[in-house]
Amino acid sequence: MHELALIESVMETVLEEMKRNNLSRVESITLRIGKMRQYVPDALTFGLECLSKDTPLEGAKLIIEEIPIKGHCSKCNREFIFKNMLDNTCPSCGEITSRITSGKELELVEFEGGV
Amino acid sequence: MKEVFKIKVTLVKNILEANTRIAEQNRKLFADRNVMAINIMSAPGAGKTTLIERTIKALKQNFEIAVIEGDIQSTYDAEKIAATGASVVQINTGGACHLDGNMISEVVDQFDLDLIDLLIIENVGNLVCPAEFDVGENFKVMLLSIPEGDDKPLKYPLIFNESSVLLINKIDLLPYVDCSVEKIRRESLKINPDLEIFEISCRKEEGLVGWYKWLEKKMEKR
Repeated sequence: MHELALIESVMETVLEEMKRNNLSRVESITLRIGKMRQYVPDALTFGLECLSKDTPLEGAKLIIEEIPIKGHCSKCNREFIFKNMLDNTCPSCGEITSRITSGKELELVEFEGGV
Repeated sequence: MKEVFKIKVTLVKNILEANTRIAEQNRKLFADRNVMAINIMSAPGAGKTTLIERTIKALKQNFEIAVIEGDIQSTYDAEKIAATGASVVQINTGGACHLDGNMISEVVDQFDLDLIDLLIIENVGNLVCPAEFDVGENFKVMLLSIPEGDDKPLKYPLIFNESSVLLINKIDLLPYVDCSVEKIRRESLKINPDLEIFEISCRKEEGLVGWYKWLEKKMEKR
């Protein structure tokens, strides 16, 4: 369900930026979302489809870059990917780390459109 | 024929920036009025309202407590809280699965904040969305009841990662359910080593003293 709230927020920003840039149509919107946020890409796409009907964003394609959960090992100074949040043992030295360096992203990166 | 240009607008901004901005305003307002705000989150039925009732009963001698009740619909919980004597405002989200900064800022002027020490915000029952939305609280508190099972840290890591306190509720039911409190502890601490964990039973009023002491300590420091 949080997908709809997120899409609403994305649409608000894009519609504002369209006005500012004198654009009348949008072809694609790119988001960058960390895996830890547990957003379902299909639900986001469906959310945009539903909410953008009869707006200048109707038909826009949603591009989602999913960012893996990564941690930083303070012992051997290495960054590694977690398969899930409990898999936070450094593969090279066995140290457990909870310092997450990526995976919580929630960014509107860019959109592409025309006048 | 008019030539069609494609224009790329690069933004790279936090999608929930608008919410974060309002939440920060709430946080500043609470700090200016010397109010400590906690955001209580759990799945439906974990015992948030009962926990709040117990907490008010235990602390009302020393602190003025107010409650914001978040529910999709109904005023059932707000009525229970009102019976304790604490001031309470009900937010009905009308379908939204979480509270956000704006919902709080819209109701907060219904309290006289100068008279309040502790503001308890009861979020909508849900383990996913409330963890995403800052409402301007000082601390997020998570309640997990043991009938929900011990696999929750793995399934809902964000809420464990965002919370300052984990209250494991309904421990009086341990003889009847297959749930390992030890596993919940171990896996929660893996996700968030700073998490304060208390094992409680709101029904039997067990284990709550540690939680009250934690709150009192934070209240002193505010």
